[in-house]
Amino acid sequence: MGAHHHSYNFSEKFDFSGKVKTLSIVGIIIGIIAVAFGFLTGHSERTFLNLLLMSYYFTCVCAAGVFFCAIQFVAQAGWSAALLRVPQAFGKVLPLASIILLIVVASGLFSHNLYHWNTPEGSEEFSPSKSFYLSPIFFLVRIVLFLGAYSIFAGILTKASVNEDLHGGLNSYKRSIKYSAIFLVIFGFTTPVWAFDTIMSLEANWFSTMFGWYNFAAMWVSGLAAITVTLILLKKAGYLSWINDNHFHNLGQFVFGFSIFWTYIWFAQFLLIYYANMPEETVYFYKRLEGFYMPLFWLNLIINFMSPVLILMSRDAKRKRNMLLFVCIILLCGHWLDYYMMIMPGTLGDAAGFGIIEIGTIVGFVSLFAFTVMASLSKLSLAPKNHPFLEESLNHQI
Amino acid sequence: MSDIKYILGLFEDPDDMMNGIDKLQDNDISVYDVYTPMPIHGIEDKLGVKRSRLDIVAFICGITGTCTGFGMIYFMLVMDWPMNVGGKPNFAIPDFIPITFELTVLFCAFGMVAAFFYRTHLFPGRAPRVMELRATTDRFVIAIDANKGFDNQKIDNLLKEAGAIEIKHNDRKYVSYE
Repeated sequence: MGAHHHSYNFSEKFDFSGKVKTLSIVGIIIGIIAVAFGFLTGHSERTFLNLLLMSYYFTCVCAAGVFFCAIQFVAQAGWSAALLRVPQAFGKVLPLASIILLIVVASGLFSHNLYHWNTPEGSEEFSPSKSFYLSPIFFLVRIVLFLGAYSIFAGILTKASVNEDLHGGLNSYKRSIKYSAIFLVIFGFTTPVWAFDTIMSLEANWFSTMFGWYNFAAMWVSGLAAITVTLILLKKAGYLSWINDNHFHNLGQFVFGFSIFWTYIWFAQFLLIYYANMPEETVYFYKRLEGFYMPLFWLNLIINFMSPVLILMSRDAKRKRNMLLFVCIILLCGHWLDYYMMIMPGTLGDAAGFGIIEIGTIVGFVSLFAFTVMASLSKLSLAPKNHPFLEESLNHQI
Repeated sequence: MSDIKYILGLFEDPDDMMNGIDKLQDNDISVYDVYTPMPIHGIEDKLGVKRSRLDIVAFICGITGTCTGFGMIYFMLVMDWPMNVGGKPNFAIPDFIPITFELTVLFCAFGMVAAFFYRTHLFPGRAPRVMELRATTDRFVIAIDANKGFDNQKIDNLLKEAGAIEIKHNDRKYVSYE
Protein backbone atom coordinates (compact mmCIF):
# COMPACT_ATOMS: atom_id res chain seq x y z
CA MET A 1 0.00 0.00 0.00
CA GLY A 2 3.02 2.26 0.20
CA ALA A 3 2.81 3.19 -3.45
CA HIS A 4 1.60 6.68 -4.38
CA HIS A 5 -1.02 6.22 -7.05
CA HIS A 6 -2.66 9.61 -6.85
CA SER A 7 -2.15 12.54 -9.11
CA TYR A 8 -3.48 15.41 -7.06
CA ASN A 9 -2.21 18.91 -7.45
CA PHE A 10 -1.40 19.77 -3.84
CA SER A 11 0.05 23.16 -4.66
CA GLU A 12 -3.37 24.24 -5.96
CA LYS A 13 -4.38 27.59 -4.50
CA PHE A 14 -7.78 29.11 -3.90
CA ASP A 15 -8.41 31.86 -6.43
CA PHE A 16 -10.08 34.67 -4.57
CA SER A 17 -11.53 37.00 -7.15
CA GLY A 18 -14.62 37.70 -9.22
CA LYS A 19 -18.18 37.30 -8.00
CA VAL A 20 -17.52 35.90 -4.51
CA LYS A 21 -15.18 38.76 -3.73
CA THR A 22 -17.63 41.41 -4.96
CA LEU A 23 -20.52 39.76 -3.12
CA SER A 24 -18.67 39.59 0.17
CA ILE A 25 -17.62 43.24 -0.11
CA VAL A 26 -21.24 44.21 -0.84
CA GLY A 27 -22.29 42.15 2.22
CA ILE A 28 -19.80 43.97 4.45
CA ILE A 29 -21.11 47.32 3.20
CA ILE A 30 -24.71 46.22 3.90
CA GLY A 31 -23.58 45.35 7.44
CA ILE A 32 -21.97 48.73 7.96
CA ILE A 33 -25.09 50.51 6.67
CA ALA A 34 -27.33 48.43 8.96
CA VAL A 35 -25.17 49.24 11.99
CA ALA A 36 -25.16 52.95 11.09
CA PHE A 37 -28.95 52.76 10.66
CA GLY A 38 -29.24 51.22 14.12
CA PHE A 39 -27.22 53.96 15.77
CA LEU A 40 -28.86 56.81 13.87
CA THR A 41 -32.41 55.68 14.60
CA GLY A 42 -31.74 55.63 18.33
CA HIS A 43 -31.37 51.87 18.79
CA SER A 44 -27.81 52.05 20.07
CA GLU A 45 -28.23 49.41 22.79
CA ARG A 46 -29.88 46.94 20.42
CA THR A 47 -27.20 47.59 17.78
CA PHE A 48 -24.45 47.09 20.33
CA LEU A 49 -25.97 43.80 21.48
CA ASN A 50 -26.17 42.58 17.89
CA LEU A 51 -22.58 43.63 17.28
CA LEU A 52 -21.56 41.78 20.43
CA LEU A 53 -23.49 38.70 19.33
CA MET A 54 -22.00 38.54 15.86
CA SER A 55 -18.44 39.51 16.80
CA TYR A 56 -18.48 36.95 19.61
CA TYR A 57 -19.85 34.33 17.19
CA PHE A 58 -17.20 35.30 14.61
CA THR A 59 -14.38 35.05 17.18
CA CYS A 60 -15.74 31.74 18.48
CA VAL A 61 -15.81 30.15 15.03
CA CYS A 62 -12.24 31.31 14.34
CA ALA A 63 -11.07 30.08 17.75
CA ALA A 64 -12.77 26.74 17.03
CA GLY A 65 -10.61 26.52 13.89
CA VAL A 66 -7.45 26.79 16.00
CA PHE A 67 -8.92 24.30 18.46
CA PHE A 68 -9.65 21.86 15.63
CA CYS A 69 -6.04 22.05 14.37
CA ALA A 70 -4.65 21.69 17.89
CA ILE A 71 -6.77 18.60 18.61
CA GLN A 72 -5.67 16.97 15.36
CA PHE A 73 -2.01 17.56 16.20
CA VAL A 74 -2.22 16.38 19.79
CA ALA A 75 -4.18 13.27 18.82
CA GLN A 76 -1.72 12.79 15.91
CA ALA A 77 -4.78 12.28 13.76
CA GLY A 78 -4.20 11.19 10.21
CA TRP A 79 -7.60 11.52 8.59
CA SER A 80 -7.73 15.31 8.77
CA ALA A 81 -4.32 16.16 7.30
CA ALA A 82 -5.69 16.85 3.83
CA LEU A 83 -8.31 19.33 5.01
CA LEU A 84 -6.26 21.11 7.68
CA ARG A 85 -5.80 24.26 5.63
CA VAL A 86 -9.43 25.30 6.13
CA PRO A 87 -9.45 25.42 9.96
CA GLN A 88 -6.00 26.94 9.70
CA ALA A 89 -7.45 29.76 7.61
CA PHE A 90 -10.06 30.31 10.36
CA GLY A 91 -7.20 30.60 12.83
CA LYS A 92 -5.45 33.17 10.69
CA VAL A 93 -8.56 35.36 10.87
CA LEU A 94 -8.70 35.07 14.68
CA PRO A 95 -6.53 38.16 15.43
CA LEU A 96 -8.84 40.36 13.35
CA ALA A 97 -11.96 38.81 14.90
CA SER A 98 -10.49 39.32 18.38
CA ILE A 99 -9.78 42.99 17.69
CA ILE A 100 -13.35 43.54 16.48
CA LEU A 101 -14.77 41.79 19.54
CA LEU A 102 -12.51 43.81 21.80
CA ILE A 103 -13.55 47.10 20.21
CA VAL A 104 -17.24 46.20 20.56
CA VAL A 105 -16.84 45.07 24.17
CA ALA A 106 -14.75 48.08 25.22
CA SER A 107 -16.94 50.68 23.54
CA GLY A 108 -20.08 48.96 24.80
CA LEU A 109 -18.61 48.91 28.30
CA PHE A 110 -17.66 52.58 28.42
CA SER A 111 -20.74 53.85 26.60
CA HIS A 112 -22.81 51.83 29.13
CA ASN A 113 -24.71 50.20 26.31
CA LEU A 114 -23.62 46.64 27.04
CA TYR A 115 -22.53 45.81 30.57
CA HIS A 116 -24.82 47.37 33.11
CA TRP A 117 -22.59 46.40 36.00
CA ASN A 118 -20.37 49.26 34.86
CA THR A 119 -23.00 51.90 35.58
CA PRO A 120 -23.30 53.48 39.07
CA GLU A 121 -26.82 52.02 39.54
CA GLY A 122 -25.82 48.70 38.06
CA SER A 123 -22.85 48.20 40.36
CA GLU A 124 -25.09 48.48 43.43
CA GLU A 125 -27.31 45.67 42.27
CA PHE A 126 -24.90 42.82 42.63
CA SER A 127 -22.92 41.44 45.50
CA PRO A 128 -19.89 43.59 46.49
CA SER A 129 -17.70 40.49 46.35
CA LYS A 130 -17.98 40.66 42.57
CA SER A 131 -16.81 44.25 42.31
CA PHE A 132 -13.13 43.40 42.00
CA TYR A 133 -13.76 40.79 39.35
CA LEU A 134 -16.12 43.06 37.45
CA SER A 135 -13.91 46.15 37.35
CA PRO A 136 -13.55 47.54 33.82
CA ILE A 137 -9.76 47.38 33.66
CA PHE A 138 -9.41 43.83 34.99
CA PHE A 139 -12.30 42.79 32.74
CA LEU A 140 -10.63 44.15 29.59
CA VAL A 141 -7.20 42.85 30.57
CA ARG A 142 -8.63 39.34 30.85
CA ILE A 143 -10.21 39.47 27.41
CA VAL A 144 -7.06 40.92 25.83
CA LEU A 145 -4.92 38.22 27.47
CA PHE A 146 -7.17 35.33 26.44
CA LEU A 147 -7.78 36.39 22.86
CA GLY A 148 -4.16 37.48 22.50
CA ALA A 149 -2.96 34.05 23.66
CA TYR A 150 -5.30 32.22 21.24
CA SER A 151 -4.15 34.45 18.38
CA ILE A 152 -0.48 33.91 19.18
CA PHE A 153 -0.92 30.15 19.19
CA ALA A 154 -2.85 30.36 15.92
CA GLY A 155 0.11 32.23 14.50
CA ILE A 156 2.61 29.66 15.78
CA LEU A 157 0.66 26.77 14.25
CA THR A 158 0.31 28.55 10.90
CA LYS A 159 4.01 29.40 10.85
CA ALA A 160 4.95 25.79 11.59
CA SER A 161 2.73 24.66 8.72
CA VAL A 162 4.31 27.16 6.31
CA ASN A 163 7.76 25.95 7.36
CA GLU A 164 6.67 22.38 6.77
CA ASP A 165 5.59 23.28 3.23
CA LEU A 166 8.98 24.87 2.56
CA HIS A 167 11.40 22.50 4.23
CA GLY A 168 9.52 19.23 4.89
CA GLY A 169 10.73 16.95 7.64
CA LEU A 170 9.23 16.23 11.02
CA ASN A 171 10.46 19.26 12.98
CA SER A 172 7.46 21.45 12.20
CA TYR A 173 5.09 18.63 13.06
CA LYS A 174 6.72 17.99 16.42
CA ARG A 175 6.70 21.71 17.13
CA SER A 176 2.99 21.84 16.25
CA ILE A 177 2.22 18.99 18.67
CA LYS A 178 4.05 20.74 21.49
CA TYR A 179 2.41 24.12 21.02
CA SER A 180 -1.00 22.52 20.40
CA ALA A 181 -0.78 20.77 23.76
CA ILE A 182 0.06 24.02 25.53
CA PHE A 183 -2.71 25.78 23.64
CA LEU A 184 -5.33 23.19 24.58
CA VAL A 185 -4.54 23.55 28.29
CA ILE A 186 -4.78 27.34 28.12
CA PHE A 187 -7.87 27.22 25.92
CA GLY A 188 -9.66 24.71 28.12
CA PHE A 189 -9.22 26.77 31.26
CA THR A 190 -9.84 30.19 29.76
CA THR A 191 -12.81 29.74 27.38
CA PRO A 192 -15.32 29.34 30.24
CA VAL A 193 -14.00 32.55 31.79
CA TRP A 194 -14.16 34.26 28.42
CA ALA A 195 -17.83 33.24 28.15
CA PHE A 196 -18.54 34.33 31.75
CA ASP A 197 -17.07 37.75 30.98
CA THR A 198 -18.42 38.59 27.57
CA ILE A 199 -21.85 36.97 27.74
CA MET A 200 -22.82 35.93 31.26
CA SER A 201 -21.90 39.27 32.85
CA LEU A 202 -24.59 40.95 30.74
CA GLU A 203 -26.83 39.77 33.58
CA ALA A 204 -24.38 40.25 36.41
CA ASN A 205 -26.70 38.98 39.12
CA TRP A 206 -27.22 35.60 37.59
CA PHE A 207 -24.55 32.97 37.43
CA SER A 208 -24.12 29.38 36.34
CA THR A 209 -20.93 27.34 36.41
CA MET A 210 -22.20 25.32 33.46
CA PHE A 211 -22.35 28.43 31.34
CA GLY A 212 -18.71 28.28 30.27
CA TRP A 213 -18.98 24.75 28.96
CA TYR A 214 -22.34 25.50 27.42
CA ASN A 215 -20.67 28.27 25.42
CA PHE A 216 -17.74 26.05 24.60
CA ALA A 217 -20.11 23.42 23.18
CA ALA A 218 -21.89 26.03 21.08
CA MET A 219 -18.53 27.33 19.85
CA TRP A 220 -17.28 23.89 18.92
CA VAL A 221 -20.45 22.81 17.10
CA SER A 222 -20.67 26.06 15.15
CA GLY A 223 -16.95 25.91 14.36
CA LEU A 224 -17.27 22.35 13.04
CA ALA A 225 -20.35 23.30 11.03
CA ALA A 226 -18.49 26.28 9.55
CA ILE A 227 -15.49 24.09 8.65
CA THR A 228 -17.79 21.57 6.96
CA VAL A 229 -19.71 24.24 5.06
CA THR A 230 -16.47 25.83 3.84
CA LEU A 231 -15.13 22.47 2.70
CA ILE A 232 -18.33 21.53 0.87
CA LEU A 233 -18.51 24.90 -0.87
CA LEU A 234 -14.84 24.65 -1.89
CA LYS A 235 -15.48 21.16 -3.17
CA LYS A 236 -18.52 22.38 -5.13
CA ALA A 237 -16.36 25.13 -6.63
CA GLY A 238 -14.03 22.44 -7.97
CA TYR A 239 -11.23 22.57 -5.43
CA LEU A 240 -9.97 19.90 -3.02
CA SER A 241 -10.27 16.94 -5.38
CA TRP A 242 -8.59 14.76 -2.73
CA ILE A 243 -11.32 15.21 -0.12
CA ASN A 244 -13.88 12.40 -0.36
CA ASP A 245 -17.02 11.10 1.30
CA ASN A 246 -15.01 9.51 4.11
CA HIS A 247 -13.70 12.87 5.26
CA PHE A 248 -17.19 14.33 5.14
CA HIS A 249 -18.51 11.31 7.02
CA ASN A 250 -16.04 12.05 9.82
CA LEU A 251 -16.98 15.71 9.91
CA GLY A 252 -20.64 14.70 9.96
CA GLN A 253 -19.98 12.46 12.95
CA PHE A 254 -18.27 15.36 14.67
CA VAL A 255 -21.19 17.70 14.00
CA PHE A 256 -23.72 15.06 15.05
CA GLY A 257 -21.87 14.08 18.21
CA PHE A 258 -21.16 17.56 19.43
CA SER A 259 -24.72 18.70 18.75
CA ILE A 260 -25.73 16.07 21.27
CA PHE A 261 -22.94 17.24 23.56
CA TRP A 262 -24.35 20.77 23.30
CA THR A 263 -27.81 19.48 24.25
CA TYR A 264 -26.34 17.54 27.15
CA ILE A 265 -24.68 20.65 28.56
CA TRP A 266 -27.73 22.80 27.83
CA PHE A 267 -29.94 20.33 29.63
CA ALA A 268 -27.52 19.90 32.53
CA GLN A 269 -27.72 23.64 33.16
CA PHE A 270 -31.49 23.69 32.78
CA LEU A 271 -32.15 20.65 34.95
CA LEU A 272 -30.03 21.87 37.87
CA ILE A 273 -31.82 25.20 37.91
CA TYR A 274 -35.24 23.60 37.45
CA TYR A 275 -34.63 21.06 40.19
CA ALA A 276 -33.09 23.37 42.78
CA ASN A 277 -35.76 26.00 42.03
CA MET A 278 -33.89 28.90 43.63
CA PRO A 279 -35.34 32.31 42.71
CA GLU A 280 -31.99 33.96 41.86
CA GLU A 281 -31.28 31.18 39.38
CA THR A 282 -34.72 30.46 37.93
CA VAL A 283 -35.13 34.11 36.93
CA TYR A 284 -32.91 33.31 33.95
CA PHE A 285 -35.34 30.76 32.54
CA TYR A 286 -38.37 32.70 33.70
CA LYS A 287 -37.36 35.46 31.27
CA ARG A 288 -36.84 32.94 28.49
CA LEU A 289 -39.98 30.88 28.95
CA GLU A 290 -42.43 33.79 28.89
CA GLY A 291 -43.93 35.83 26.08
CA PHE A 292 -41.86 36.68 23.02
CA TYR A 293 -39.04 34.29 23.87
CA MET A 294 -41.09 31.17 24.64
CA PRO A 295 -41.39 29.87 21.05
CA LEU A 296 -37.75 30.75 20.41
CA PHE A 297 -36.70 28.78 23.50
CA TRP A 298 -38.25 25.61 22.06
CA LEU A 299 -37.15 26.42 18.51
CA ASN A 300 -33.57 26.59 19.82
CA LEU A 301 -33.82 22.98 21.04
CA ILE A 302 -35.58 21.79 17.89
CA ILE A 303 -32.97 23.29 15.57
CA ASN A 304 -29.87 22.45 17.54
CA PHE A 305 -30.86 19.05 18.89
CA MET A 306 -33.72 17.50 16.96
CA SER A 307 -32.58 18.43 13.46
CA PRO A 308 -29.05 16.94 13.63
CA VAL A 309 -30.32 13.88 15.54
CA LEU A 310 -33.10 13.12 13.10
CA ILE A 311 -31.34 14.09 9.88
CA LEU A 312 -27.72 13.12 10.49
CA MET A 313 -28.31 9.86 12.39
CA SER A 314 -27.78 7.51 9.47
CA ARG A 315 -24.49 6.78 7.78
CA ASP A 316 -25.84 7.68 4.35
CA ALA A 317 -26.97 11.14 5.44
CA LYS A 318 -23.45 11.98 6.61
CA ARG A 319 -22.07 10.92 3.26
CA LYS A 320 -24.55 12.94 1.20
CA ARG A 321 -22.92 16.28 0.71
CA ASN A 322 -26.06 18.33 0.18
CA MET A 323 -27.70 16.84 3.24
CA LEU A 324 -24.65 17.62 5.34
CA LEU A 325 -24.49 21.14 3.94
CA PHE A 326 -28.16 21.66 4.77
CA VAL A 327 -27.78 20.48 8.36
CA CYS A 328 -24.63 22.54 8.90
CA ILE A 329 -26.28 25.72 7.64
CA ILE A 330 -29.31 25.00 9.84
CA LEU A 331 -26.98 24.55 12.79
CA LEU A 332 -25.12 27.77 12.07
CA CYS A 333 -28.48 29.58 12.10
CA GLY A 334 -29.45 27.63 15.20
CA HIS A 335 -26.41 28.72 17.13
CA TRP A 336 -27.07 32.30 16.16
CA LEU A 337 -30.46 31.80 17.83
CA ASP A 338 -28.70 30.15 20.76
CA TYR A 339 -26.51 33.23 21.28
CA TYR A 340 -29.55 35.43 20.75
CA MET A 341 -31.29 33.58 23.58
CA MET A 342 -28.25 34.04 25.81
CA ILE A 343 -27.90 37.75 25.15
CA MET A 344 -31.23 39.42 24.43
CA PRO A 345 -33.77 38.36 27.11
CA GLY A 346 -31.66 39.63 30.01
CA THR A 347 -30.76 42.94 28.38
CA LEU A 348 -33.36 44.20 25.94
CA GLY A 349 -36.20 42.07 27.22
CA ASP A 350 -39.41 42.84 25.37
CA ALA A 351 -37.71 45.50 23.27
CA ALA A 352 -35.83 42.85 21.31
CA GLY A 353 -36.88 41.84 17.84
CA PHE A 354 -35.74 40.68 14.48
CA GLY A 355 -35.40 43.42 11.88
CA ILE A 356 -33.02 45.41 9.74
CA ILE A 357 -30.38 45.67 12.49
CA GLU A 358 -30.28 41.90 13.14
CA ILE A 359 -30.33 40.89 9.48
CA GLY A 360 -27.81 43.58 8.56
CA THR A 361 -25.28 42.59 11.23
CA ILE A 362 -25.65 38.91 10.30
CA VAL A 363 -25.08 39.65 6.60
CA GLY A 364 -22.18 41.96 7.42
CA PHE A 365 -20.36 39.55 9.70
CA VAL A 366 -20.98 36.49 7.53
CA SER A 367 -19.57 38.41 4.58
CA LEU A 368 -16.63 39.63 6.64
CA PHE A 369 -15.97 36.05 7.71
CA ALA A 370 -16.24 34.80 4.14
CA PHE A 371 -14.01 37.58 2.83
CA THR A 372 -11.25 37.16 5.42
CA VAL A 373 -11.28 33.36 5.36
CA MET A 374 -11.16 33.24 1.57
CA ALA A 375 -8.41 35.85 1.50
CA SER A 376 -6.30 33.82 3.92
CA LEU A 377 -7.11 30.55 2.09
CA SER A 378 -5.77 32.04 -1.14
CA LYS A 379 -2.37 32.72 0.43
CA LEU A 380 -1.27 29.10 0.90
CA SER A 381 -1.73 25.93 -1.10
CA LEU A 382 -4.94 24.03 -0.25
CA ALA A 383 -3.14 20.98 1.14
CA PRO A 384 -0.18 20.85 3.53
CA LYS A 385 1.88 18.89 1.02
CA ASN A 386 4.63 17.85 3.44
CA HIS A 387 2.36 16.87 6.29
CA PRO A 388 3.58 13.48 7.56
CA PHE A 389 0.04 12.05 7.60
CA LEU A 390 -1.09 13.37 4.22
CA GLU A 391 -0.86 9.94 2.59
CA GLU A 392 -2.84 8.38 5.42
CA SER A 393 -5.47 11.07 5.06
CA LEU A 394 -5.83 10.38 1.33
CA ASN A 395 -6.39 6.69 2.07
CA HIS A 396 -8.80 7.41 4.89
CA GLN A 397 -11.74 5.07 4.89
CA ILE A 398 -14.60 4.50 7.30
CA MET B 1 -10.72 -35.41 -3.44
CA SER B 2 -14.38 -35.62 -2.68
CA ASP B 3 -14.22 -35.18 1.09
CA ILE B 4 -12.41 -31.85 0.87
CA LYS B 5 -14.75 -29.25 2.25
CA TYR B 6 -12.72 -26.05 2.24
CA ILE B 7 -9.56 -24.85 0.57
CA LEU B 8 -7.52 -22.38 2.55
CA GLY B 9 -4.82 -20.14 1.12
CA LEU B 10 -2.46 -18.79 3.77
CA PHE B 11 -0.67 -15.54 3.04
CA GLU B 12 2.04 -13.70 4.88
CA ASP B 13 1.27 -10.29 3.44
CA PRO B 14 -2.14 -8.56 3.26
CA ASP B 15 -1.34 -7.05 -0.15
CA ASP B 16 -0.66 -10.52 -1.56
CA MET B 17 -3.92 -11.70 -0.09
CA MET B 18 -5.88 -8.82 -1.66
CA ASN B 19 -4.19 -9.70 -4.92
CA GLY B 20 -5.29 -13.32 -4.43
CA ILE B 21 -8.92 -12.26 -3.93
CA ASP B 22 -8.76 -10.26 -7.16
CA LYS B 23 -7.34 -13.22 -9.05
CA LEU B 24 -9.98 -15.62 -7.77
CA GLN B 25 -12.77 -13.21 -8.54
CA ASP B 26 -11.39 -12.57 -12.02
CA ASN B 27 -11.74 -16.32 -12.63
CA ASP B 28 -15.31 -16.34 -11.30
CA ILE B 29 -14.38 -18.30 -8.20
CA SER B 30 -16.35 -17.02 -5.22
CA VAL B 31 -14.53 -16.53 -1.94
CA TYR B 32 -16.27 -18.10 1.04
CA ASP B 33 -14.67 -15.83 3.62
CA VAL B 34 -11.41 -14.15 4.57
CA TYR B 35 -9.75 -14.25 7.98
CA THR B 36 -7.13 -11.71 8.97
CA PRO B 37 -5.32 -10.94 12.23
CA MET B 38 -6.14 -7.24 11.88
CA PRO B 39 -8.78 -5.15 10.13
CA ILE B 40 -8.05 -4.40 6.49
CA HIS B 41 -9.65 -1.36 4.91
CA GLY B 42 -11.76 -1.90 1.83
CA ILE B 43 -12.05 -5.66 2.19
CA GLU B 44 -15.83 -5.61 2.85
CA ASP B 45 -16.45 -3.78 -0.41
CA LYS B 46 -14.23 -6.17 -2.30
CA LEU B 47 -15.94 -9.26 -0.91
CA GLY B 48 -19.39 -7.71 -1.18
CA VAL B 49 -20.06 -8.17 2.53
CA LYS B 50 -23.39 -6.65 3.49
CA ARG B 51 -23.48 -3.87 6.04
CA SER B 52 -23.83 -4.97 9.63
CA ARG B 53 -27.35 -4.81 11.04
CA LEU B 54 -26.05 -4.16 14.53
CA ASP B 55 -27.27 -0.56 14.35
CA ILE B 56 -30.85 -1.79 13.97
CA VAL B 57 -30.43 -3.95 17.08
CA ALA B 58 -28.97 -0.91 18.85
CA PHE B 59 -31.95 1.22 17.91
CA ILE B 60 -34.53 -1.35 18.98
CA CYS B 61 -32.77 -2.01 22.30
CA GLY B 62 -32.33 1.70 22.89
CA ILE B 63 -35.98 2.52 22.29
CA THR B 64 -36.96 -0.37 24.60
CA GLY B 65 -34.74 1.19 27.27
CA THR B 66 -36.34 4.59 26.73
CA CYS B 67 -39.83 3.17 27.15
CA THR B 68 -38.84 1.03 30.15
CA GLY B 69 -37.13 3.94 31.90
CA PHE B 70 -39.87 6.44 31.27
CA GLY B 71 -42.62 3.94 32.04
CA MET B 72 -40.94 2.84 35.26
CA ILE B 73 -40.57 6.35 36.64
CA TYR B 74 -44.05 7.25 35.49
CA PHE B 75 -45.46 4.27 37.34
CA MET B 76 -43.43 5.00 40.48
CA LEU B 77 -43.73 8.77 40.75
CA VAL B 78 -47.10 9.46 39.15
CA MET B 79 -49.28 6.37 39.67
CA ASP B 80 -48.02 4.26 42.51
CA TRP B 81 -46.50 6.65 45.02
CA PRO B 82 -46.88 10.36 44.14
CA MET B 83 -44.63 12.56 46.25
CA ASN B 84 -44.39 16.32 46.59
CA VAL B 85 -40.82 17.22 45.64
CA GLY B 86 -40.18 20.94 46.04
CA GLY B 87 -43.75 21.75 45.08
CA LYS B 88 -43.29 20.44 41.56
CA PRO B 89 -45.94 18.52 39.67
CA ASN B 90 -45.67 14.76 40.03
CA PHE B 91 -45.27 14.40 36.32
CA ALA B 92 -42.15 16.60 36.08
CA ILE B 93 -40.67 15.57 32.74
CA PRO B 94 -37.22 17.21 33.07
CA ASP B 95 -36.57 15.11 36.18
CA PHE B 96 -37.40 11.95 34.21
CA ILE B 97 -34.90 12.58 31.45
CA PRO B 98 -31.60 11.56 33.13
CA ILE B 99 -32.93 8.14 34.17
CA THR B 100 -34.64 7.60 30.82
CA PHE B 101 -31.40 8.51 29.09
CA GLU B 102 -29.29 6.19 31.25
CA LEU B 103 -31.63 3.24 30.74
CA THR B 104 -31.57 3.86 26.99
CA VAL B 105 -27.78 3.67 27.02
CA LEU B 106 -27.77 0.62 29.31
CA PHE B 107 -30.28 -1.38 27.25
CA CYS B 108 -28.58 -0.35 24.04
CA ALA B 109 -25.12 -1.39 25.23
CA PHE B 110 -26.20 -4.72 26.75
CA GLY B 111 -28.40 -5.49 23.76
CA MET B 112 -25.58 -4.87 21.33
CA VAL B 113 -23.13 -7.01 23.28
CA ALA B 114 -25.67 -9.84 23.53
CA ALA B 115 -26.53 -9.60 19.83
CA PHE B 116 -22.87 -9.62 18.91
CA PHE B 117 -22.16 -12.68 21.06
CA TYR B 118 -25.20 -14.47 19.70
CA ARG B 119 -24.30 -13.76 16.10
CA THR B 120 -20.60 -14.64 16.40
CA HIS B 121 -21.19 -17.71 18.62
CA LEU B 122 -18.97 -16.26 21.30
CA PHE B 123 -20.27 -17.14 24.72
CA PRO B 124 -18.33 -17.08 27.93
CA GLY B 125 -16.91 -20.56 28.52
CA ARG B 126 -17.31 -21.68 24.93
CA ALA B 127 -14.17 -22.44 22.99
CA PRO B 128 -14.25 -20.40 19.80
CA ARG B 129 -14.12 -22.23 16.48
CA VAL B 130 -11.95 -20.95 13.69
CA MET B 131 -11.05 -22.23 10.26
CA GLU B 132 -7.35 -21.66 10.73
CA LEU B 133 -5.64 -21.05 14.05
CA ARG B 134 -2.87 -18.87 12.67
CA ALA B 135 -5.40 -16.41 11.23
CA THR B 136 -5.50 -14.99 14.74
CA THR B 137 -1.75 -14.37 14.85
CA ASP B 138 0.19 -13.87 11.64
CA ARG B 139 -1.56 -15.41 8.63
CA PHE B 140 -4.01 -13.86 6.18
CA VAL B 141 -6.38 -16.58 5.10
CA ILE B 142 -8.68 -16.89 2.10
CA ALA B 143 -11.24 -19.68 2.41
CA ILE B 144 -12.98 -21.16 -0.62
CA ASP B 145 -15.91 -23.55 -0.48
CA ALA B 146 -14.70 -26.70 -2.27
CA ASN B 147 -18.18 -28.08 -2.88
CA LYS B 148 -19.21 -25.32 -5.26
CA GLY B 149 -17.87 -27.20 -8.26
CA PHE B 150 -14.74 -25.18 -8.87
CA ASP B 151 -11.60 -26.78 -10.23
CA ASN B 152 -9.48 -27.39 -7.12
CA GLN B 153 -6.23 -27.51 -9.08
CA LYS B 154 -7.00 -24.14 -10.61
CA ILE B 155 -7.71 -22.63 -7.21
CA ASP B 156 -4.39 -23.94 -5.89
CA ASN B 157 -2.53 -22.46 -8.82
CA LEU B 158 -4.21 -19.10 -8.53
CA LEU B 159 -3.46 -18.93 -4.80
CA LYS B 160 0.14 -19.91 -5.37
CA GLU B 161 0.51 -17.35 -8.13
CA ALA B 162 -0.76 -14.64 -5.82
CA GLY B 163 1.90 -15.55 -3.27
CA ALA B 164 0.24 -17.98 -0.86
CA ILE B 165 2.89 -19.63 1.29
CA GLU B 166 0.72 -22.57 2.24
CA ILE B 167 -2.44 -24.16 0.86
CA LYS B 168 -4.60 -26.42 2.94
CA HIS B 169 -7.32 -28.81 1.84
CA ASN B 170 -9.49 -29.29 4.89
CA ASP B 171 -12.08 -31.99 5.31
CA ARG B 172 -13.51 -30.27 8.38
CA LYS B 173 -14.84 -26.77 8.38
CA TYR B 174 -13.60 -25.70 11.78
CA VAL B 175 -10.69 -26.37 14.02
CA SER B 176 -11.39 -25.61 17.62
CA TYR B 177 -9.31 -24.19 20.40
CA GLU B 178 -10.39 -27.04 22.62
